[in-house]
Amino acid sequence: MSDTQIITDTLARIFDETLDRKARLAAESGTFARAAWQSLAETGMLHPAVPDALGGAGGTLADEYEVLVATGRAGAPLPIADTILAGWLLSTAGREVPAGPLAAVAAGAGLRAVRRGDTLVLEGRARRVPWGRDLAGLVVLAEDAGRTQVALVPMPAGRVENGANLAGEPRDTLVFEGAAVSAVPADLPPGVDAGALRRRGALGRAALMAGAMETAVDLAVRYANDRVQFGKPIGKQQSVQHALAILAVEAAAGAMAAARAYRAVADAAADADLHCAVAKSRAGEAAGRAAGIAHQVHGAIGFTREHTLHFVTRRLWSWREEYGNESAWTLEIGRLACAAGGPGLWPMLAG
Amino acid sequence: MTRQTFKFEPCVLPQSLGELRRQVREFLATELASRDPRTRVRSWEHFDADFSRAFAARGWIGMTWPKRYGGGERSALERYVVIEELLAGGAPVAAHWIADRQSGPLLLRFGTEAQRERYLPRIVRGECFFCIGMSEPDAGSDLANLRTRAVKVDGGWRVNGTKVWTSFAHVCHMMILLCRTREKSDERHAGMSQLLVDLKTPGVTVRPIINMMGGHNFNEVTFTDAFIPDDCLVGEEGNGWHQVTSELAFERSGPERLLSTYVVLSEMVGRLGPAATDAQAAAIGRLVAHLSTLRQMSVAVAQKLDAGLMPNLEASIVKELGNVFEQVLPEVAREIVEVDLDIDSPDVFDASLAYGVTHAPSFSLRGGTREILRGIIARGLGLR
Repeated sequence: MSDTQIITDTLARIFDETLDRKARLAAESGTFARAAWQSLAETGMLHPAVPDALGGAGGTLADEYEVLVATGRAGAPLPIADTILAGWLLSTAGREVPAGPLAAVAAGAGLRAVRRGDTLVLEGRARRVPWGRDLAGLVVLAEDAGRTQVALVPMPAGRVENGANLAGEPRDTLVFEGAAVSAVPADLPPGVDAGALRRRGALGRAALMAGAMETAVDLAVRYANDRVQFGKPIGKQQSVQHALAILAVEAAAGAMAAARAYRAVADAAADADLHCAVAKSRAGEAAGRAAGIAHQVHGAIGFTREHTLHFVTRRLWSWREEYGNESAWTLEIGRLACAAGGPGLWPMLAG
Repeated sequence: MTRQTFKFEPCVLPQSLGELRRQVREFLATELASRDPRTRVRSWEHFDADFSRAFAARGWIGMTWPKRYGGGERSALERYVVIEELLAGGAPVAAHWIADRQSGPLLLRFGTEAQRERYLPRIVRGECFFCIGMSEPDAGSDLANLRTRAVKVDGGWRVNGTKVWTSFAHVCHMMILLCRTREKSDERHAGMSQLLVDLKTPGVTVRPIINMMGGHNFNEVTFTDAFIPDDCLVGEEGNGWHQVTSELAFERSGPERLLSTYVVLSEMVGRLGPAATDAQAAAIGRLVAHLSTLRQMSVAVAQKLDAGLMPNLEASIVKELGNVFEQVLPEVAREIVEVDLDIDSPDVFDASLAYGVTHAPSFSLRGGTREILRGIIARGLGLR
């Protein structure tokens, strides 16, 4: 069995054992899904690509991709992608990753990070931080006078204003008042800046969407084969078959874009940034279409709280907005293309 | 019906292919310099025997085939690089396209040694062009309904029937004909065979079918007691359906299924340049994102084919998605740039876009209609 298959199977088993309907709904009401988190932590799935020496599993970015796809497939209500993102940022600065849920943010207009002596002092508001209320640490990236640094702020700290995305996943605002929070920063290597953090966050969301779309396909195909109307399964209707074909094709395209971008980042390829932008915009576009078709095929039952389809479709609608929606990334791609010019466009794509 | 699994593994084309890519670009820069740039958008619908012969002289036709037939014994990925460069550059490749993509590989897989020795070296030299005789007036998507009949006679077959939509039959030398060699039975796909037909054979008549824009690519090819010798049977008698379907993954997943209107995109980017508005740039970026993803999917299929697999389902997915992209591209272009659509316009972008808008309907008809492909994908999902 391949490593990636082991990761996929292990995560599927953990989510299956720990995330029943009750646990999922409890998570949406604000109860952290601790049992699932604990199992993940024990198997070392939370920092798959961080070196052993820094507290990770010492695996590859291909492993990380599988973890995120499996997370999306299960619609797991946990800050796995966010913890992985924060772990990446910390470890690129040579810092060890701590245990517990993490999130990463870039300081900017809302959240100011000021250097005072050896420490970085935070003041202001960090908006829509994943699982802000449950974090063990907030990883803050700060750009200041040509220097880009990262600091780990132990949590809880400051005040929490609860919020959520469409899937009921916490997106909290963290409020740091009166310069009460400080941490010792470390330098980040060249190229790892606020833009890189946003891109990496977008890439993770693309992988999550790839997984969630797989489940949307599975559920819709199963339903179409089971649901009988006019004396036969609706999946015998050509119109339904064609809708499902489009759903599967979109899911395949979104997954391809995400997987290819992960590969480019793993190879440190010159066009890795372009591939990340392609991944988020293409997977985001596919997500909207896939969710729409999956619901249409399911009919009214798929629109109920009782059904499980919404555990993935509400996530698809949430994730496509996070770290830049489709237009944000297509604009970036389009600017690159227009700068490359007519004859330069093909080499930009094909090398 | 069981669910088939399909997966597109990311594939990074090896750096070593960069030199080959550079050679093709250099060749095209020279060859295309003297040709009307407004014809670039026609690329694989543009028959130009001179171009194909010059291209052949570089060793790029049959480049994956064994050396003993004149081939280059190079990898499928090397071939992929060459053909995507041709299409992106808008080269007129129609003359050799079918022989290189389909007929040659068919002969390598199912042909006799004599057939290979007779045709492959000529294909490789750009001296023998092939077309495909499949569709008939009453057998389009329902290909198994075909009626062209080959009756066994002394020393060969006597063929009667009509083929339609045969691209470039009027300028090709040979046709691979799919016909019935036995009466239709309950088993719809049984009793068909493939024959190598020299288009100069007495009893074979080629008549033009003019498309709605006045262009002539299509033909009707009628067979009236045409005698085809025994040694022109390809593969096994009665095995034609299987042989034809084994070509489909090659036919449906190549870069020609996504790059048909690429020139419209590159010309548009060239016209707008850095002065593009945000709305224009975002629309272009979306097209580029789709194209980049499709290209990866197409390369992933090429890699599977190279490994000897038969990714028919994945190939159908590439064609379906590729055809949607090729058709959307001109629509987006006309929404974000104001143009006077005139197919004879002296302006390269205007003329290319006019061609794109008016030829787009054919993309999801040729090589398997959208409806057929979606049916194949649905069956792969375990429906039906």
